[in-house]
Amino acid sequence: MKKIEAIIRKTKFEDVKEALLAADIEWFSYYDVRGVGKTRQARIYRGIAYDTSCIERTLVSVIVRDKNAEKTVSAILGAAQTGEVGDGRIFVIPIEDAVRIRTGERGDIALYNAEQEK
Amino acid sequence: MKRVVPFCLFLVALLSSGVAMAQEEVVAEAAAVVSEEAEAGFSINAVDTIWVLLAAMLVFFMQPGFALVEAGMTRTKNTANILMKNFLDFSAGSVLYWICGFSIMFGAGAFLGWDGFGIGGVENPCPNLPKEGYFIFQTVFCATAATIVSGAMAERTKFSMYILYSVLISAFIYPIQGHWSWGGGWLSELGFHDFAGSAVVHSCGGFIALAGAIVLGPRLGKYTKLSDGKIRSNAIPGHSLALAALGVWILWMGWFGFNPGSTVAATGAVDPDCYGGGILDNMTAMSHIFVTTNVAAAVGAIVALIYTWVVFGKPSLSMMCNGILAGLVGITAGCDCVPIWAAAVIGAIASMVMCFCVRFFDVRLHIDDPVGAVSVHGMAGFTGTILTGVFAFPECGYSVGTQLIGELAIAGWSFGCGLIVFLLIKHIFGLRVDARIEEEGLDVYEHGESAYN
Repeated sequence: MKKIEAIIRKTKFEDVKEALLAADIEWFSYYDVRGVGKTRQARIYRGIAYDTSCIERTLVSVIVRDKNAEKTVSAILGAAQTGEVGDGRIFVIPIEDAVRIRTGERGDIALYNAEQEK
Repeated sequence: MKRVVPFCLFLVALLSSGVAMAQEEVVAEAAAVVSEEAEAGFSINAVDTIWVLLAAMLVFFMQPGFALVEAGMTRTKNTANILMKNFLDFSAGSVLYWICGFSIMFGAGAFLGWDGFGIGGVENPCPNLPKEGYFIFQTVFCATAATIVSGAMAERTKFSMYILYSVLISAFIYPIQGHWSWGGGWLSELGFHDFAGSAVVHSCGGFIALAGAIVLGPRLGKYTKLSDGKIRSNAIPGHSLALAALGVWILWMGWFGFNPGSTVAATGAVDPDCYGGGILDNMTAMSHIFVTTNVAAAVGAIVALIYTWVVFGKPSLSMMCNGILAGLVGITAGCDCVPIWAAAVIGAIASMVMCFCVRFFDVRLHIDDPVGAVSVHGMAGFTGTILTGVFAFPECGYSVGTQLIGELAIAGWSFGCGLIVFLLIKHIFGLRVDARIEEEGLDVYEHGESAYN
């Protein structure tokens, strides 16, 4: 199984969510992150200008079975792209094991609902 | 009390103003106005002045009320922007109303008045107060009308264009229709009664807000076109119901200056047909108005509560807040001349109308109004003005017909002017921000500041 981590624009989150759901990826987490990068945004506070070197983004984190990894990456890539600098990154990380807390099942079976699988 | 204004103008010789600029002359109105209708207590006195200035302070306190409601019901990325808009329309309004608004509103004339720039040339409409005291009281009312519009136009309006609109409403749109009702113009001659401004302030602001919301268009992501052709309305929740609730409490308190303050007197007797219902002096009138105001707000809250409980299954804080405001707006026209039970009924009906209209404008007409300003101020104001004719004490002589004429005139004027102004702005300068700016948030792009760091 693989973990797909995508750092995307905050404004693109809804599009990415729709794309993932359309690709039958139904469980994922997301959180707000700040990052440091090349983008600079000028701000003024009570007359003093400062540059924020921190950039706000959303990090979407999905754990999928190996067979679904590629389609997840494509879904996120297609939805999060704007073509401008600052679109973000997608990372693929191998996962050793997964456990469903409610039942204690381990392995791939913990990632999907067997009865609802086509 | 507002009926006395044309009466004063008839009694006192009007000095036609030439050019009254530069120096503001505060004419000490020391002479008592001798009235045939035994309206005593009309000489300038400190108690009346203190009351009116205190009331003006309370109405001023409604500005932060509006600001918090609007900030609480919009998203964090636009908070600094909405607060700026609220500060701005009060500041610009104060200055423009001084420069020409007061003169247009209280100068001589049937359609609009004019007694020169500034307030120096205007005859004091209320001899029991210093002219500047009455002026500041009227200024905060003008600012209330102006600030209603920022709610409906939140999260997508160019700040520079909002400045332009603020100037125009405070200088022309509000004073001209205010003149008709309160400055001795044609509506007051017809017998139209709007005690503290359901129509003059709230309908005016509410219908300009409607024009603005229509011309602007909805926020990005508010409406989705579904595959079967229907349009689905999406909720865009505000970032802090706590701020919004605090704003509503503040507005409720501020309304205790807005309504009772419009007696513009605390001392002296009044004509029994002025307020009706056995009210013979200003103290009783003020107290009665406090009660009707409070009852209408409370009943408005309860009705909105029941409505959401029944229709949506759960009592909703956001709708209850709007219900309180709708009740307050509704009672504002007739708070002086209706019995207490009628105030409860008016609060209930105004709140129901608001509840229906909020969904009607959003889901049926697809007009995006982030805080419900059009329903709460425009439609509830409309309702309250009409119901004043229904429930007023008979001896006052107000009729539903005249109320309807007045309300339609004011709503029509406000909506029409609003449409013209916003359409012109849209086609000459552009009214709305770019999509990218709207998505990322107006705070950073329009002001270079974020409200939350």
